[in-house]
Amino acid sequence: MAGLMAGFGNFTHAVVRAIPSSLAKEALRTNNLDVDLAKAQLEHEVYVNVLKQKLGLEVIELPADESLPDCVFVEDAAVVCGDTALITRPGAESRRKETEAMRQALKQLDLNIVEMTDENATLDGGDVLFTGREFFVGLSKRTNQKGAEILADAFKDYAVSTVPVLGGLHLKSFCSMGGPGLIVIGSSEPAQKTLKIMQQMSDHRYDKLTVPDDIAANCIYMNLPSKGHVLLHCTPEEFPESAKVFEKLKDHMLIPVSNMEKVKVDGALTCCSVLINKTANN
Amino acid sequence: MTTEVGSETEVKKEPEKEKGEEPAPTADAQPTDSPAPEQENQEVAAPSENTTPEAPEATTPEKKKEEEKEKEGPVKEKGISRFLPPWLKKQKSQTQVTPKEATPLETTPTDGGVATVEGEEEKAEPEQEVGEASPPVEPPVENQEVNGVEVEEREEVKSEEGEKEESHSTGSADTQPAKEEKEECVEKGAEESKPPEEGEREKEEEAKEEKKEEDKSCKPEGHSILKSPLKLTKKMKVAMCHVMMLDGTKFPCEVEKRAKGQILFFKVCEHLNLLEKDYFGLSYRDNADQKCWLDPTKEIKRQIRNNNWQFSFNVKFYPPDPSQLTEDITRYLLCLQLREDISSGRLPCSFVTHALLGSYSLQAELGDHDSDESRPPDYVSDFTFGSAQGKEMEEKVVELHKSHRGMTPAQADAQFLENAKKLSMYGVDLHHAKDSEGVDIMLGVCSSGLLIYKDRLRINRFAWPKILKISYKRNNFYIKIRPGEMEQFESTVGFKLPSHRAAKRVWKVCVEHHTFFRLTAPEQPPKAKFLTLGSKFRYSGRTQAQSRQASSLIDRPAPYFQRTSSKRISRSLDGAPVINVTDADSGPTFSSTPGENGHDPALELNSDSKVEEAEPGAAATPTGTSEKTGQTNSAQLQSKLRVQGDNIYVRHSNLMLEDLDKTQDEVLKHQASISELKRSFMEATPEPRPSQWEKRLTASPATSLRLQGPGKTPPRTDLTLPDLKDVSKQAEVEVEETVVIQEVRKTPKLPCPTPELVVTAAVETEQPPQEVEPEVNQEAIQEVESEVNQEVNEEANPEVKEETRRASMSSESESEEEAEYHPQVEVNTSVNQIREEPEEEEREEKEDQEELKQEEQEEDQEELKQEEDQEEEKQEEQKEEEEKKEEHEVEPEPSELPEPQLPIVETDQSPAVVLASEAVPVAEEEGNTDDPMMTPEEAPNGHPHPQDPAHSEGLPGLVALEEEEVEPRVNGETERHQPQVICCSEPPVVKTEMVTISDTFAAQKTEIATKEVPIVHTETKTITYEAAQLDGGADGEPGVLMTAQTITSESLCTTTTTHITKTLKGGLSETRIEKRIVITGDSDIDHDQALAQAIKEAKEQHPDMSVTRVVVHKETELEEEGEGGEN
Repeated sequence: MAGLMAGFGNFTHAVVRAIPSSLAKEALRTNNLDVDLAKAQLEHEVYVNVLKQKLGLEVIELPADESLPDCVFVEDAAVVCGDTALITRPGAESRRKETEAMRQALKQLDLNIVEMTDENATLDGGDVLFTGREFFVGLSKRTNQKGAEILADAFKDYAVSTVPVLGGLHLKSFCSMGGPGLIVIGSSEPAQKTLKIMQQMSDHRYDKLTVPDDIAANCIYMNLPSKGHVLLHCTPEEFPESAKVFEKLKDHMLIPVSNMEKVKVDGALTCCSVLINKTANN
Repeated sequence: MTTEVGSETEVKKEPEKEKGEEPAPTADAQPTDSPAPEQENQEVAAPSENTTPEAPEATTPEKKKEEEKEKEGPVKEKGISRFLPPWLKKQKSQTQVTPKEATPLETTPTDGGVATVEGEEEKAEPEQEVGEASPPVEPPVENQEVNGVEVEEREEVKSEEGEKEESHSTGSADTQPAKEEKEECVEKGAEESKPPEEGEREKEEEAKEEKKEEDKSCKPEGHSILKSPLKLTKKMKVAMCHVMMLDGTKFPCEVEKRAKGQILFFKVCEHLNLLEKDYFGLSYRDNADQKCWLDPTKEIKRQIRNNNWQFSFNVKFYPPDPSQLTEDITRYLLCLQLREDISSGRLPCSFVTHALLGSYSLQAELGDHDSDESRPPDYVSDFTFGSAQGKEMEEKVVELHKSHRGMTPAQADAQFLENAKKLSMYGVDLHHAKDSEGVDIMLGVCSSGLLIYKDRLRINRFAWPKILKISYKRNNFYIKIRPGEMEQFESTVGFKLPSHRAAKRVWKVCVEHHTFFRLTAPEQPPKAKFLTLGSKFRYSGRTQAQSRQASSLIDRPAPYFQRTSSKRISRSLDGAPVINVTDADSGPTFSSTPGENGHDPALELNSDSKVEEAEPGAAATPTGTSEKTGQTNSAQLQSKLRVQGDNIYVRHSNLMLEDLDKTQDEVLKHQASISELKRSFMEATPEPRPSQWEKRLTASPATSLRLQGPGKTPPRTDLTLPDLKDVSKQAEVEVEETVVIQEVRKTPKLPCPTPELVVTAAVETEQPPQEVEPEVNQEAIQEVESEVNQEVNEEANPEVKEETRRASMSSESESEEEAEYHPQVEVNTSVNQIREEPEEEEREEKEDQEELKQEEQEEDQEELKQEEDQEEEKQEEQKEEEEKKEEHEVEPEPSELPEPQLPIVETDQSPAVVLASEAVPVAEEEGNTDDPMMTPEEAPNGHPHPQDPAHSEGLPGLVALEEEEVEPRVNGETERHQPQVICCSEPPVVKTEMVTISDTFAAQKTEIATKEVPIVHTETKTITYEAAQLDGGADGEPGVLMTAQTITSESLCTTTTTHITKTLKGGLSETRIEKRIVITGDSDIDHDQALAQAIKEAKEQHPDMSVTRVVVHKETELEEEGEGGEN
């Protein structure tokens, strides 16, 4: 029986969503970059296959919704920790409906669904960093204090600290977990500042792995029974310097995953899946 | 005994003397003439109050001394008591055990009128006064003990403590109850009989507080029966306490009405058969229904205003790692507390976690899940933990329970704790507050620091190392934050609490948690001791580390205890207070088998410092400590490391202090909103500064002292003035105790067969009048200086040197090693280290002292209830500050011998001014080690102190300046020569007594101690213990200030300053360690205990050194004029 806060990174399920063709033109983006839809879809296929085939997760694939160009980035629609799933209220008005399909999928997984009904609250899952011991919620354009409060109410076991997102779209646009107690952080000044705040706010000590490129700091860590430490990270083609940093992680099963197209619409690796552990404490 | 007698006689004389305070000659003469032992007895005896009661054991030597004292006592006492008004004297005689009380009384006549207004904080104060007035009945045993200890020397110190305790017990038991009776029942009458001033005060205050208390107490709680007969017979009054246990049962317990908190606590622990009691405490509800912790060192009656004698046994310090607890019973109790916490919502957790914890509770209490369903299916519903959650929870609990098959109760509890401890709010004590912008937040105090929550979100966190200072003023609670890596300035964050009491409560909790968790390092056991001595307010018990150490010694079979059926508690879970749910009559669930368990008193984990001393761990050899210290420095630091620990403590304690000089507005300005703070952490302010130290110094009033040393001329005592005003307004009197331990080491650089380490421990305890007494503005200051000279073998020397070097290195590089820590605060520096960094240390000392002062001020401020006065106060304070700045050390002390004289002037912002100047033992010669004298310019008597320059140079002199506004002070001078002690009080000392005990075990001794204290309206007692010293070091390097430690509690400040001086004589290098402990507080100070501990610690810390001199200096200041003017 896994105790409280045990088994960080141990996932059994993943929820993903296909890329709508509307993504190329209509998806929100901070930069005016043209997205090659086909490439993006191919990229996403590889991504899903890694989860499904290589890692053996049970992947729930939600169909794309053309009316929701950003729906592929499922991470923002829900925050799942343990057996509790918080359905968010995305900060972008156009994305609010993305939660509907997610809600249904998570319900079917028999998770405890917590709704964020407060209309003053906004929260994007991309602003939520779960370290295994606590949450950090980035206060960004997409996430506000109220949203963080609701998250704190949803996950009472954990400390929920708010940190300002000084740069980038989301908190996890420049950081993520690279292992238990290991925060991968971009080297930009805003990223470093945020890290320091997180370190100061925490009762726990975190190691940091700094990568030259902020977006490359977004990686997916898993600790799978059959695989050990697994890390999905950027490819050398995208960020050669950052990839080198990841390659120094000797204890991890490193899986470079291309994200060249989705990143153009501010999609990072973690954005494209919601990972679930159906065995923890259940 | 002697003291009592003397007191009576004195009483008559005293008032007259007081009038004639100005003529110093009498006072001066006394110190010289009167044999030290007598005086010591008196002074020392007073502190004994703190000690826990134990069977009285009078050592033969003590008895003799006592007898002598009795004979001489009256005369000597006269010296002290002269100044005291008759009623005061009576009190002293009775309450010598409780020096604090006596002091307030003294002050009362002068200031009483003003002070009366704000007595609320101190509940029992008035009562005590009354009791004091009643005929003295206490046995003089305590005093004797003290003397005996001092005289007899080091070895006896330990025994002394025990004796003190014993004496205390006797005194408390017999006399105190009587007093209480009188107080309560006869209060009015007593008041009338009392001098008009007191009567008025008492009437006012007592009428409010005491009457309430009395009424309540008298009301039938089942105790009434006892009370009435007792009163009639004047026997001890007994109060019936009801303690709500963690299992929901009530434990009825009788205690003396005057009993201190720890008496009840120990009884409860005994009932529980609990040894690891340091994590627990008793709580009560104040009038506002706020949960308050019962201070074990204070009388219960004085703490519980509502007097319903209802308590709750609770976990006070949640161990971060329960698995490190030694006994299962301790873990079980923690489990019970956590269950309650979760049920009540104080400890939020998720559904799943709740169910998981509930399942472990089931397993622990019921054993394996009964699959055959012999148990009713709804058995869980009876189970408290999950029942409130409904059917779903029950099902979950059952499901999980099944999975725990085979788990023993102890294992189940352990699993429970392993999960519960991970909850984010585990062990977090929340307090409602508002930030500087008026936003509702919560302050969470926990083992690692202070957490700031807004709603459920953590918006900031201040780890202990990040906090430089914690203070509170009125409704405001402040923390001064160490500047971040990139920052150059420290920032102060202020929070608004709902009430002054709330602010104080948070502050207390912070101090206690910091003490308990932050000072855990096994290296620092001595600190804890000091703490114990100094502040009652504080968590006087062991730190977590000490508790662990002690618990490791537990050698008893696991005590049998019965796990309560959770059913009983279940109802409470629903939200009803547990207390209500359970029937009062229900017996204690736990079956305690004390006898069987083989309680070893020695093993008992008492929070008492005394007990600690007895513990083996306490007397850790340097090597032992080194292991622990190895973390930061080389392991070699060892005993000295302890000192370092002290430093840490001090620094932190500094943190606890408040900036007096700043007005609220100013502070508020400085305050950054939380968000701002965050930014600040990240951002560095580019302004060039001379140094962080300087900044700090400048920023806080306390720092002013430092500035002097380094050559800067900052205003030292800015803080003091404002405080004084506050004090007067508040009417509360602050008591300061200063314990200075001076340790001098002599180490032969050359291979000399007899290198001597001279450890001088100077303990100065200053006791202002009792805290409780708002009426009086007086401060009694007692200074105990003990110098211990220890001889060190050559072999040891090299190590020591290395250690010192390393330490110095470490200290220098502190910032690097401990980036988070304030270098001063965290540096673990052995005493040796200090030498290299004299200036800083001096600064530290100064700061510490200042901080102490600040604390006092803070306390005063805290108590200020009159908002109207605040603004005025601020203005006044500023003025005062300016004045003080001017006042800096200027006293010249005539030093007969070339040897450095350590005049110590302590200026406290508080009304009471304490000036203690100590002559440095021979080893100190050359003034290297001497404490810089700080004398207020104002002091008419002030002799320009030759050493002052030296002081500025960076001499490690300890300077505590307590000065009252404009009033001149009398200096007490003491001069010593070699084994023979010469005490000369040159300046017109109004109230100064010097007692010098010379120990001539070493024939070669040439010490000259000169104490000149220009004190006006100050009573000074000085007890000096001198051991023969070999020789005076010819070459004295400037003393290095090793450590300065300030422990601040609401009522008491303890500052420990250590000077290390190394001198080369011929082939011998002499290391002289001088420790000065200044205890300043408004509450009772156990001088005996303080002295004994100081000596003991000095010995322990520097086993290779000898104690050459112990000086106890007590000063009580009577404030009269200044206050009136302010008001």
